[in-house]
Amino acid sequence: MSIEANSIKQDFPIFKIKMNGKPLTYLDSTATSQRPNQVIDAVDAYYKEYNANIHRGIYQISERASEAYDESKRKVAKFINAESMQEIIYLRNATEALNLVALAWGDANISKGDHILISEMEHHSNIVPWIVLAKKKEAVLDYIKLDAKKAKLDMGSLKEQLEKRPKIVSVTHASNVLGTINNVREITKMAHGKGAVVLIDGAQSAPHMEVDVGDIDCDFYAFSGHKMLAPTGIGVLYGKEAILDKMEPLLTGGEMIKSVEHHAYSWNDLPWKFEAGTSNISGGIGLGAAVDYLSSLGMHNVREHEKQITRYALEKLSKINGVTVYGPDINDMDERGGVISFAIEGIHPHDVSQIFDSEGIAIRSGHHCAMPLVTKTLAQPALSRMSFYIYNNESDVDKAIEAINKAKKIFKIA
Amino acid sequence: MPIDIYAEEIVSHYEHPHNKGEITDASVSQHNYNPVCGDEMTMYLMINDGIVSDVKFKGVGCAISMATASMLTDFIKGKTLKEIEGMGINTIIDLIGIDPGPARLKCATLSLRTLKEAVFVYEHKEVDRATKEL
Repeated sequence: MSIEANSIKQDFPIFKIKMNGKPLTYLDSTATSQRPNQVIDAVDAYYKEYNANIHRGIYQISERASEAYDESKRKVAKFINAESMQEIIYLRNATEALNLVALAWGDANISKGDHILISEMEHHSNIVPWIVLAKKKEAVLDYIKLDAKKAKLDMGSLKEQLEKRPKIVSVTHASNVLGTINNVREITKMAHGKGAVVLIDGAQSAPHMEVDVGDIDCDFYAFSGHKMLAPTGIGVLYGKEAILDKMEPLLTGGEMIKSVEHHAYSWNDLPWKFEAGTSNISGGIGLGAAVDYLSSLGMHNVREHEKQITRYALEKLSKINGVTVYGPDINDMDERGGVISFAIEGIHPHDVSQIFDSEGIAIRSGHHCAMPLVTKTLAQPALSRMSFYIYNNESDVDKAIEAINKAKKIFKIA
Repeated sequence: MPIDIYAEEIVSHYEHPHNKGEITDASVSQHNYNPVCGDEMTMYLMINDGIVSDVKFKGVGCAISMATASMLTDFIKGKTLKEIEGMGINTIIDLIGIDPGPARLKCATLSLRTLKEAVFVYEHKEVDRATKEL
């Protein structure tokens, strides 16, 4: 089954709106995706039909809410091939999931002089928590080098850095700037070989491809719901049960507790141990509906669809004078996702974005929350970025190409 | 946001900015940076008897930030520091002939913020000098 973007668009009410008088062309799903009726309706139904707190009410609508929330965790577990829902912790987003590992696991396991290994390709959310942890613990933060020419991680650099025996290796599965898809299975194997715990930032992979945490064998995997059709404010930390069992919770209070005495307590079972207070119930239910939607399309098909549009866009862009594209080569589509960062010579990315906006096209401009990568490694003040998802098709790319030509015309660039 | 913001005049100021350069013996110079987009600007003011006798700027940035800097530097020559203190977003809107909107406000006001900071620094230096001479 292949993906028909035009019929998928019918499921997304936002595509009925106009932006600056033009039909909306949305090319910024890397920042956040749009949401289909199926997800909006699931959230709506919870609030209208069975709004109640979960795991405590002995009444019908509370039981129904608990069941819907728990069921969404089973769906997510299946979606990424986790062993069970015990390994699925709901948080606000990937950022919070990465922070939980740095703060809870990191606090207990990182000591003075220990090494922490990340890469030059990371989003701020997978850099800053480690800088903070390294400072607090007087640990050493190391970076796997990026081979900027190939837009890939330098595996030689990884090998070298692993000789320092880092306690944890935390890398992104897919780059939100370059579109590069890292071989996280190989990275995990190499890191485990040197005794490191492995955390994968899946914010840009879980929405776009088949993810099998069992096959990757990583210890933790973090992703956001809002980039994969679900509401904002719901994200996931997957962790192997054995490691989560040993971890102390970060936040304490209700729900995460089994019993409390005046001076004693015992934690609740997994995954609830890490979810203090009333959860984002509607968000969890919405994420379950999003997983259903993506699963019905098939993640293999989602990936193939994005590959096809990305290849089409790369071909078109290569024919425009003065346009530089960042990321892996067009002949390397197996290691490239649907994210294209680009620069037009002589036009600042913010001006590019604004001209796109006037054509009803949403793209992103800036450093994409990856300042070390964009401003240091790639040495650009900012980049423009278009990114694709299930509802995009070749005609969206054609509109983007027209907008680039319009920008060049306004700025009188040949 | 209407496309008119890229009217001929803005693009022309962007391509051929006025007052681009440095004043080596400036009365005051001030650097400013917009971390969100990486735009950067330094402004040099020559001030005589409370009046801007010359101004230059250098920097990198988008068309909006660079064109407004070009227009603003033209506009302030011969103006008093007091007049500059009274300038605000409306000065920019009058100069470029359009409201830049919230998304581009930081770009459009980069030069004005740099200018006002320069004047602030200059006036405090002046106060300082006056104090020292007591």
